[in-house]
Amino acid sequence: MTTATVTGKSDEPVVATKNYLTEEGVTLRSWLLTKDHKRIAILYTLSITFFFFVGGLAATLIRLNLVTPAGIFTPDIYNRLFTLHGIVMVWFFLIPSIPNTMGNFLIPLMIGAKDLAFPRLNLLSWYLYVGAGFLALFAILIGGVDTGWTFYTPFSSLYSNGYVVLALAAVFAVGFSSILTGLNFIVTTHRMRAPGMTWYRLPVFVWSNYATSVIMVLATPVLAITLMLVAVERLLRVGIFDPALGGDPLLFQHLFWFYSHPAVYIMILPGFGVISEIVPCFARKPLFGYKFVVWSSITIAIVGFFVWAHHMFVAGISLYAGLVFSLLSYVIAVPSAIKVFNWTATLHKGWISFDAPMLYALGFIGLFTIGGLTGLFVANLAFDVHVTDTYFVVAHFHYIMVGGMVSAYFGGLHYWWPKVTGRLYPEWWARIAALLIFFGFNLTFFPQFILGYLGMERRYYSYPPEFQVWNIFSSAGASVLAIGYALPFFYLGWSLFRGKRAGSNPWAATGLEWQTSSPPPAHNFDKTPTVTRPPYQYRPEPEPQDV
Amino acid sequence: MSDAPVIPRPEPQYATAEQQAETASFGMWVFLATEVLFFGGMLLAYTWLRATYPDGVAEAGRHTKIVIGSVNTLVLLTSSFTMAWAVHAAEHGRRKALTRLLAVTAFLGLLFLGLKGYEYHKEWTEHLVPGLNFHEDSVHAQTIELFYFLYFLLTGIHGIHVTIGIGLIAVMAVRARRGAFNSHYYTPVEVTGLYWHFVDIVWIFLYPLIYLVGRSGP
Amino acid sequence: MGSMQLLPPTASAHAADMDWLFAALVGTSAFILLLVFGLMILFCVRYRKSSKVERGDRLGRTWRVETAWTVATFVAFLGLYFWGADLYVGIHSPPKDATDIYVVGKQWMWKIEHPGGQREIDTLHVPVGKPVRLVLTSQDVIHDFAIPAFRVRQDALPGRYETLWFTPTKVGEYRLFCAELCGTWHARMGGSVVVMEPSDFQRWLDSQDPGPSLAQEGEALFRSYGCSGCHGTASTVHAPKLEGLFSRPVPLQDGRTVVADDRYIRDSILKPKSEIAAGYPPVMPSFAGQIGEDDLLKLVAYIKSLADRTAENSQTGRKAGSAERPTQ
Repeated sequence: MTTATVTGKSDEPVVATKNYLTEEGVTLRSWLLTKDHKRIAILYTLSITFFFFVGGLAATLIRLNLVTPAGIFTPDIYNRLFTLHGIVMVWFFLIPSIPNTMGNFLIPLMIGAKDLAFPRLNLLSWYLYVGAGFLALFAILIGGVDTGWTFYTPFSSLYSNGYVVLALAAVFAVGFSSILTGLNFIVTTHRMRAPGMTWYRLPVFVWSNYATSVIMVLATPVLAITLMLVAVERLLRVGIFDPALGGDPLLFQHLFWFYSHPAVYIMILPGFGVISEIVPCFARKPLFGYKFVVWSSITIAIVGFFVWAHHMFVAGISLYAGLVFSLLSYVIAVPSAIKVFNWTATLHKGWISFDAPMLYALGFIGLFTIGGLTGLFVANLAFDVHVTDTYFVVAHFHYIMVGGMVSAYFGGLHYWWPKVTGRLYPEWWARIAALLIFFGFNLTFFPQFILGYLGMERRYYSYPPEFQVWNIFSSAGASVLAIGYALPFFYLGWSLFRGKRAGSNPWAATGLEWQTSSPPPAHNFDKTPTVTRPPYQYRPEPEPQDV
Repeated sequence: MSDAPVIPRPEPQYATAEQQAETASFGMWVFLATEVLFFGGMLLAYTWLRATYPDGVAEAGRHTKIVIGSVNTLVLLTSSFTMAWAVHAAEHGRRKALTRLLAVTAFLGLLFLGLKGYEYHKEWTEHLVPGLNFHEDSVHAQTIELFYFLYFLLTGIHGIHVTIGIGLIAVMAVRARRGAFNSHYYTPVEVTGLYWHFVDIVWIFLYPLIYLVGRSGP
Repeated sequence: MGSMQLLPPTASAHAADMDWLFAALVGTSAFILLLVFGLMILFCVRYRKSSKVERGDRLGRTWRVETAWTVATFVAFLGLYFWGADLYVGIHSPPKDATDIYVVGKQWMWKIEHPGGQREIDTLHVPVGKPVRLVLTSQDVIHDFAIPAFRVRQDALPGRYETLWFTPTKVGEYRLFCAELCGTWHARMGGSVVVMEPSDFQRWLDSQDPGPSLAQEGEALFRSYGCSGCHGTASTVHAPKLEGLFSRPVPLQDGRTVVADDRYIRDSILKPKSEIAAGYPPVMPSFAGQIGEDDLLKLVAYIKSLADRTAENSQTGRKAGSAERPTQ
């Protein structure tokens, strides 16, 4: 892999004549029927970008509504807005974001394979995603859903007047999309590695997508069956979640969070993977404590299955259940903390440069640390009794999901952009966007911690006037954030046509994906690579290519 | 069958046919892990119901058609046996035996579905279908309705799995007849077999939970 | 209105304890945050690419460093866990002398009933310095009774009773919210908690035209639903006697023993077969679907009021009953 630290002063690199973007043809049909993991990754990127803007639009309207205590929209519209925001962002953006785009594109490249194990399944997974997405949009357009993304019974099953069954069907279908992706990644990681690519030579990105996939495969079916039970209960008026029929609404919450808490780790583990690639590359140093980072991902994936009831400390679970689940939640905070320490230690005595991917990565570490630390607050029994269902919780999970995962997503997008497109993005614009996102994010969400401790409840379209000041801060931050998120859309789009040619390895990075040309050929490698060394063998020199 | 074994070229992402075969069966195992959790959610709901209303569940269990259920258990177990035998035949390249055994397996699957349909019909006439025509006078009526709600859900979803399995086996039988498999290449048969055994095992769990618990007490 | 408020009012004993816990959490987090941010900034500046600083002799012995910070964080986390758990056990252990107030949530209001029969909607009056225990239930979907000034909240679930207790320490009016999404007017389902001096509170109670107390209404229902036919003192049916029952252990037929609390009484009315008292035939019919949440609360209050009686003196008790206030 030393060859990866490429000859620095080569001529203006030329685009590879044979690459996946053109090799199979450029017709729409050749894209829609493709089995190439890289093309499917592009299809995913386009579709999740669409949903990111749909969910973002809803978020903008939510923040707009909360500028005044009385609210601007009617409560019915507001309830539909945050439900839309939640469903779209959780299932149609965050869960597929990194795995289905970068994971799809990079896992085969990183392990030296020609494709995922099951290319047709991969395409099917995208079609399921798109079908489910249309179903969700259809439910929204004909009237929307007002249950929140959590679908709590008996409100969702008997009282809500929205199109709950359609929304449930959409989530059910997108669940199978993520099961198929997870299955594909697990099998690929086990069976498709190039000669010499042992488990401990895998990049952390592959490891963390592997851990994510395990959760996808084992948790998602439970969500599927739970949502199905709610749908049947709503249609036939018989079911096990309604107390009037002899059922138990807490049973729903247990089943729902049995999926939805591990789903939080589906949403953040791939982010850990991206950061673990970027930080060593721009610090020109091997990742500190590789095995600890790897095993903390696996630990998180496993322990993540046993903490779900910490969402239910005031829901009516027993005192002892509360004590146990809180303890386990503190246990799972440890591996997350280990990762932060390891990334920080990787910086120690490095040769650090601050290109846009690194700015996003540093932003990620900062925001994730705040998100993780406030996780200690909400995992704390007595504290949670005060702040659960308030903006404190909202701020906490946005720090993880948006501050963490979306920063990682953008970091990864910039880092691998040259590989995917063969072009460099404009560096200064990218740095400005990274800074805008970091500051806009903090301005939006930090005030929400204060609001939450003051007692502002979530899902309120109107609120007592004493909360207004902090809400105005938050909404102001949201507009900065909106600009920060819109910027990449423009300059990355521009770079597709005008960006400088990237060459195969603009960051002088290690890793098999940088050994093939940019964009890679359809079959990834001209000759199946043989791996002889562990990952992240970074050296301080030579200077990276001009950027 | 004396002709040289035809091994289809592996798909482009695989280096060798062995790699493809191993990958396929590993993929099926991972899929079955998903399935376990899928049924697990429903079984948890069942466990909750039984723990909360033990008497009602026991009474509901006594309404179930144990004769049909037991015959069906036997049918499905036999089909698993013929499936295992079919895989064995494939391993030894015995094409005719393979075709016949797959046909018998598919037929047993159909028989299972037929009996299940008859059972559903009887339950319909006895007003045991929740949400549609349920009527019951017992003090445990509510619990019995919930029991039957889970019963139809569990057996219905299991039935869908059986139907898919029959489809797969039928395809395998046709391909076997055309000589698609030989002792070097029979991965699809093996993977289908894995799936069929899983469907069978699910039933092994459902049978006692549905038919026997209500009758176990005094 | 727009002051930069940082902390909610602190108006209960628990709220003060909670603020200390909050301070500890903030302190621990600030320490870790400063450590991580400080090191990150330090490294980023000191080891930037253009810097010529000495970089030899890197951290070796990864596992030692890793073990050290893993153990350190774990120990710190455990400390916070036990602190929070201790307070949590506290808010789940109401004192014996707490006054019970019944709360029913419905879309979109809180119906509150004081033991003396005073009713209010969306406002809860309580005396300062006296422990109060709320018994919460819901008539439709899940609601959540949240009082930030007391740092407590609890979901109100249809079909069961949950409890919540606090001792107000400061006179004043505090916000009351519904914290669990319950439909269109979720944001408007709230009001205030008014903490009064005990004498003012008594005056307020007296001014409220109490009508019959909850227990008295419950007693009337006890007869009209036919409960007295079997459970009454004069009855000859072999049914459990309810005098002196409440808050005492009840041996069950299946060998378990449960405490006869609100939940037990409620379940025994709605699901009599689920927990059969030892030595009695399971002949009681279920009243599920026949008695509304309001009436159930009254029946429970009545049975609770029998806690201090014995079967003998309840005869006289019943005669004098109308004048009698429920215990507590």
